[in-house]
Amino acid sequence: MVSCLGQHNYMKIEHSKGIGESIKRLEDKRFLQGQGHYIDDLQLPDMLHAAVLRSPYAHATITNIDVDFALEQPGVVTILTFADLHSVKPIPIRLNPYGSLEPFLQYPLANKRVRYVGDPVALIIAHSRYQAEDVLDNIVVQYDPLPVNIDAEDKVSCPLHHDAKDNVASNFVQQKGDVVEAFNKAEHITKLRFTSGRHSGVPLETRGLIANYDATQEKLKVWGPTKVTHFNRGVLAHMLEMEEHTIEMIEPDVGGGFGVRGEFYPEDYLIPYAALMLKRPVKWIEDRLENLMACNHSREQIYEMEMALKKDGTILGIKVLLSNDQGGYIRTHGIIVPELSAAIFPGPYRIPNYRCEVRSVLTNKTPAGTYRAPGRYECNSSRERLLDLAASELMIDPVKIRSMNLIQPEDMPYEVGTESLGENIVYDSGDYPFALQEVVRLSKYEENRHVDHDNLSNKKVGYGIACFVEKTGLGPFEGARIEIDQTGAITVSTGAANVGQGLETTLAQIASSVLTVSPDSIQVLHGDTDLIPYGVGSFASRATVMAGSAVYYAAQKIRKKLLKIAAHTMNCQVEQLIISDGDICMIDHQDKRLTLTQVAQQSSPRNCPPDIEPGLDFTHYFRCNQMTFAHGATIVKVEIDITTCAIVPKHVWIVYDIGKAINPQMVKGQIEGGAVQGLGGALLEEFNYDPSGQLTSGSFVDYLLPTTTETPLLESKRLDRSPSTLNPIQVKGAGECGIAGIGGALANAVADALGDSGNNVNVLPITPEKVWQWLMPMQDKTN
Amino acid sequence: MVQEATDNSRLIKLTVNGIEYERKVETRVTLVDFIRNELGITGTHVGCEHGVCGACTVMFDGQPVRSCIMLAVQADSHSVQTVESMSSGDQLHPIQQAFWENFGLQCGFCTPGFLLTVQDLLSRNPNPTDTEIREELSGNICRCTGYQSIIAAVKQAAIYMRQE
Ligand code: FES
Ligand code: FES
Repeated sequence: MVSCLGQHNYMKIEHSKGIGESIKRLEDKRFLQGQGHYIDDLQLPDMLHAAVLRSPYAHATITNIDVDFALEQPGVVTILTFADLHSVKPIPIRLNPYGSLEPFLQYPLANKRVRYVGDPVALIIAHSRYQAEDVLDNIVVQYDPLPVNIDAEDKVSCPLHHDAKDNVASNFVQQKGDVVEAFNKAEHITKLRFTSGRHSGVPLETRGLIANYDATQEKLKVWGPTKVTHFNRGVLAHMLEMEEHTIEMIEPDVGGGFGVRGEFYPEDYLIPYAALMLKRPVKWIEDRLENLMACNHSREQIYEMEMALKKDGTILGIKVLLSNDQGGYIRTHGIIVPELSAAIFPGPYRIPNYRCEVRSVLTNKTPAGTYRAPGRYECNSSRERLLDLAASELMIDPVKIRSMNLIQPEDMPYEVGTESLGENIVYDSGDYPFALQEVVRLSKYEENRHVDHDNLSNKKVGYGIACFVEKTGLGPFEGARIEIDQTGAITVSTGAANVGQGLETTLAQIASSVLTVSPDSIQVLHGDTDLIPYGVGSFASRATVMAGSAVYYAAQKIRKKLLKIAAHTMNCQVEQLIISDGDICMIDHQDKRLTLTQVAQQSSPRNCPPDIEPGLDFTHYFRCNQMTFAHGATIVKVEIDITTCAIVPKHVWIVYDIGKAINPQMVKGQIEGGAVQGLGGALLEEFNYDPSGQLTSGSFVDYLLPTTTETPLLESKRLDRSPSTLNPIQVKGAGECGIAGIGGALANAVADALGDSGNNVNVLPITPEKVWQWLMPMQDKTN
Repeated sequence: MVQEATDNSRLIKLTVNGIEYERKVETRVTLVDFIRNELGITGTHVGCEHGVCGACTVMFDGQPVRSCIMLAVQADSHSVQTVESMSSGDQLHPIQQAFWENFGLQCGFCTPGFLLTVQDLLSRNPNPTDTEIREELSGNICRCTGYQSIIAAVKQAAIYMRQE
């Protein structure tokens, strides 16, 4: 395996101060006092406000747009439709472009045809947001309705895009071994069709942007981007035909990301376009209805699965036909979500023969993209449910069927035989059986399951297990720049983003561990494209792994320089010096020391010795083309009232291994937050559409998010057994481990509680209505 | 920003965080938009604009209300307190301190609403049980934390406040 550590194999962290301590988060003080700067908190003088007119039809031709009356309304400055956008281009794919997807890309405004309810049709600019929204009703658009397709398995009815023969955007296969042979040898075959419902990240803060053209600097400034600011600057430059350096993207504080926030959406073009055109600042804040119908959806997939086994439960092979409901357009994620599903479907198990055919199909729904553990929440849920069904058919214990098929520690590194994002999937390290044992032990699964099952009442209790592997630390690089100024103040800058996960704290801890200063004395800057020339961003649980490693190496470089200058000043050899408590001192005479500030002063061009390059300013780009894989196991306990069919998750246990943790308490927060989001998708959250393609869950009254009363007790345990070997700080990403297994564990728990009817469980979210159907004896089992 | 006052405007007088304001405001402007955009006090957040998420919670004459579904004119002659009123200078309120120590926030967007809801809860019930805490906070949505750390923070805050 190629190591990303290159020649500097700093496997030992010399100064552990900072790393591994649950220090209080550095960003919290401003948030607690209401002093954060979220996008809608920012005002510029003379600012105009935008509103987006969205299609009320799921599929229609636009025959006419009349804006004359609307333009006369109070406060209206201008209205833009597709025809007004000069040399407009479609929004390109960010991840893994496939040429054949070009015909399905979205333009910032609809060109003569709308493809989902919420498709942007016009942009209104007015003096206030109230006025801009007033005018939405005064634009007269004539629509000619077209047949609507909301079923991803109906691939031919009325192609959504002119140049396409049907609605299949992409059709590909991932495979290894010989599945036909495996099924020929099978002693038992288990079949399951499993559906994962449409839901999404739904951050509590909606999207928002401010754009302004600064004529004195000749620069277009955009506030509000996050996640991948450098990439988005490139996209905007390409679409506006400007040079990249004439655009600055600035990330404010961000009220949650979860994969959906920060991608390049139509508004990310429209608002800067309007600001350039009007030479005035323009602000747009998405409302919640817009957020639910315009921001990326995710998760809707159907798995037709067949598993070949021996009678003892050994898996011989798996065949999957995966239909992915892409919505009306291909957006920035291309088809990465179902590709990830197909790549990670084998999970932590040895599956010698595997074939997954993916069909990503366009429908008249909001376009889909990534959401925390994209593709994996779905494939893990499906696979884990399939395993339990097989166990039930073969009368094997759910723990046993997993244990006997898990990849063993001695198999590491393990080549899965699939690929994603152009990389072969290779699990780098992990003790999968141990994680399963631990979660079984922690939850007292063996003891409690039988006791709870025997309990004869209206309340049926069930336990469900899921094991998972999580891809983290996606490459190819991330950078960090560390500067120490003349006063000794330390600043870290990076291209990674802070979407609420606490990046400022994590990076400060890593820098402080090398420089032996207190983390709160380090300022971390991020999300501004002018800070550092290159950046990738925060997604795929990569920020701590990639930016953290870059900070570590940059800090090592600056440390070396500090020692060099100190050695010169103190008239000794570098080898005689160490850094301790932020001072540079002699190993043998610790009272002989210089403060960081003193050395910083000696580093300035004025004072620096002539044979040493002045300055304390280092940038490091950490490059790695291999993901590092976290893993774990989840158990959920549910209670089902068989009279009302109410499903109450009672307890969740998650055991996970992410290698080293920089701040264990923050990691725990990631696990818990992810778990509760995952429970939302398993029990409550769903974007529903009626047959005409109307979104019927456009508010928090219809799209239900978990609150304190729907949230069970969560217990998690971090194993520290498989440090990453791919980066110097030995970390794997933590952001998606809480959510990865919970859907499957919940579904299995419901099946367990339902006893004989449990084999019907084949869908998420599981609502009381579905439980009721499963309990009905003569029910149509295909649901 | 709330622009030019039309015929639909009223002159209102209210106290926000102890300071008295007199402003002409369009009758349709919500209380949260007024506080944020007209007064420039932006600690109160808007998560849904339809009264479900609790992010916009403020104290209205000492009672928690959702300022996204109230109009600014309804606050005429009343007193409003926002999250900005909780700490004095750099000294955090015990509830804020407890949230900080217990990692009761991640992105921080829901936090102002939670802090004020907890302040109200603890003023009525200084020693709430877990079930009571869950019940009382069920009108506030947090999308980041999974609530465990928030519940721990409330228990810690209750201890701090009983010690005061
Ligand atoms: S913004 Fe007022 S309740 Fe959500
Ligand atoms: S901390 Fe992000 S919504 Fe609660």
